Amino acid sequence: MSFMNNLMNGTNFDHESLNALQKVTLRAVVMSFLFFGLVAIEGMIMRLVVTGPANPLPEMFSHPEHYFSIMTVHPIVGIFGSTYQLVFAAFMFLVPFLTKKPLYSVKLANAVWILITVGTALAWIAAFVWQYAPLYTLYWPLPADTKQFSVVGGIVFIIGVALIMVGTLGFIYNIYATIFARVGVHKDKTTKELLISGFGIDGMLNLINKLRGKPPYTKEPALALPVVAIFRGTVDTFLDAIVILSAGVLVLVYLIFDASGHPLDVAAIDSLLYKNYFWWGLDLVADGLVLIYVAGSWYLLATLITGQKLFMENVARAALMLELLVSWMVWSHHLLADQNQPEMMKLISGEMVTAFELLTQGLALFITLVTLWKARPLKMTMELKYLLGGLVGFGLAVPAAIIQADMGMNRVLHNTQWIIMAHVHIALIVGLYMTLYSALYVLWPIVTNNTKMYSAKLSNVHFWMYLIGGIGMGAFGGMAGLDGMLRRHLYVNGEFNTLMILAAVCGSMVLIAWAVFLYNIVMSVGIKGLIGIFLPAKDPSASYGIEPEVVAENHQV
Amino acid sequence: MTFSNSAELLSFHWVAYSIYSAMIISVIAWFGYNLTRKEAKSVVRIPFYGYIAFLVAGGVGHHIFTYNAIPWVSQDITRDSIKPDASYNFEIADHKWIGLPKQVVVQCGQTIKFDVHSRDLVYGFGLFRQDGSMVMQMQVNPGKDATGILESNDILWTFNHNGVFDLTSTEYSGPAQYTEDGKDLMLVKNFVKVVGCKDGGGK
Repeated sequence: MSFMNNLMNGTNFDHESLNALQKVTLRAVVMSFLFFGLVAIEGMIMRLVVTGPANPLPEMFSHPEHYFSIMTVHPIVGIFGSTYQLVFAAFMFLVPFLTKKPLYSVKLANAVWILITVGTALAWIAAFVWQYAPLYTLYWPLPADTKQFSVVGGIVFIIGVALIMVGTLGFIYNIYATIFARVGVHKDKTTKELLISGFGIDGMLNLINKLRGKPPYTKEPALALPVVAIFRGTVDTFLDAIVILSAGVLVLVYLIFDASGHPLDVAAIDSLLYKNYFWWGLDLVADGLVLIYVAGSWYLLATLITGQKLFMENVARAALMLELLVSWMVWSHHLLADQNQPEMMKLISGEMVTAFELLTQGLALFITLVTLWKARPLKMTMELKYLLGGLVGFGLAVPAAIIQADMGMNRVLHNTQWIIMAHVHIALIVGLYMTLYSALYVLWPIVTNNTKMYSAKLSNVHFWMYLIGGIGMGAFGGMAGLDGMLRRHLYVNGEFNTLMILAAVCGSMVLIAWAVFLYNIVMSVGIKGLIGIFLPAKDPSASYGIEPEVVAENHQV
Repeated sequence: MTFSNSAELLSFHWVAYSIYSAMIISVIAWFGYNLTRKEAKSVVRIPFYGYIAFLVAGGVGHHIFTYNAIPWVSQDITRDSIKPDASYNFEIADHKWIGLPKQVVVQCGQTIKFDVHSRDLVYGFGLFRQDGSMVMQMQVNPGKDATGILESNDILWTFNHNGVFDLTSTEYSGPAQYTEDGKDLMLVKNFVKVVGCKDGGGK
């Protein structure tokens, strides 16, 4: 097949054969990867600026207003525009797939990706046009500081973030409405049974009964384990959306009063109390939904790849319940450098409860590895490679954070590049995205009706460049953090030149890997197919017929 | 084992984490290789409860280790009852240090209290060596107490090594902290000078 033919028509992709659920899933996936490209370019700009005066970028990128505008939208685009979209798309497809029930509303699913896309674009525009740059932390009263920032820019930014959160609430409603729908296999289940299973309580009761020598509470839990993880993680997604929305409303009120010529007193809000509230909510993303969604995804991928039951399934269910408590009580590790934060909160929430994440994530890693091991020999498929990459990512990133969540270490690591590079970037780029790529390769034939991937070689090039680039960038950035490089600071004289050049080289690998991946996908679905994804589906079905067991058969040697 | 300053701690941390990283990458790579082999056998059997105990011991033991090995942890917790050798109070407003002494000269082993107040935004207070590495830092939150006095953000620090340290804000407080060409307006060169220590540290 010629290059042009592939470019226009793809391999064997037929968008007209897709049903409504498949199309809405792919729409969000497309937007997610476009935003990923944007966030990778933003990241590379920042990496290049800090390499010093010899960087090839136009001078304006080194201006503080411009630099910090990019730094403000970088996580918004990356976490919400890209990651949220991809995760939400996957879960709005997986919940119907795993429960064998239709998605509650395809219209709502469409509204979700549109709202998140528009919201992310607005936040980006606010930073690009008005250079609104309070960073994602929004430390009070900086977002309401109209001496430094444009009121209009602030209002546009907050509206953008609010739209993202409204989209998020739409996703949450869709997920729970699907899970609680009493149709199909759940026709005879009560809400109580679904709730108990959703929170992982049945797994815990099974364990308790086993210890007491009694028969299990339930032999067939109402919800599959990955659905339990989605159910649990979505609780944190909801709480996080409420906190961010309410903080946004607060900022908006101050900005509107300022614009009306009657500014409110910013000192009326206690900045440390606000920090506690905001970090509690924000941390539900990092230490709540991400870890829980990831654990659930590992369990799903391990069972789909091996075709076997998960090792220690009851323990895994109970661990998800434990993660509920842990994720709500760890936010103080962000406040270990705040001297007025009560010491007991630093000790209990910041250190001790946070250390439990080593346990919950270590447990998920162990269960996944043993499940894979018991099913060997396995074909080293792309999905298995990416899953192992995801395990490496979290294996590196979680201890990096636990080390810093300590009163002694935090004194010399807080706000340095250590936490943002060795922890956050490795967790997201390597741990989370590798897991999501694995899910993408598993779901690809199901969502695209067995479309052939254009090139296996390009898939491998993407994997290795992405893995090495992601780990390398995080490692060199982390080393710069140990050398004292701050994370929210502008360095224009090449102060950490060598490490930043190495980090930039590795960052380029991530960017090139993304381009290779995108090329492979476009050549698989074709430009006509890509456009067709956004056209209305002829088949309005909101469910999909392939059984999970069929997927597993493709992975056996 | 005790770390007398942050440079020693950071070097130790660099080595320990690098070894761990190499180990976890190697283990998963080895694991992935053996997943494809039918004849692969378990080299070691990791007991589940032993693994859990290892994780718990790692999580808790890390804090016990640092509490005993890093002197500023206990000093920080009990700082209200410790009398410093000298105290310095100053403020920050509009990205400027107010009431800052030109230089703080510290004799080796002295414990100094820095009490910083912000009049407007969240800032940071951080000391850095001439090679750019961090000595220590804290956040500086704005706010007033019920009597209208600016909130304290205080830290006690014992200096055990000679050196000259720069001061800057370690928390982002908007682009106004910098000039248009990126110069840090809150950077105070040679703010702290420590004298009287032996070459390897200590009196």
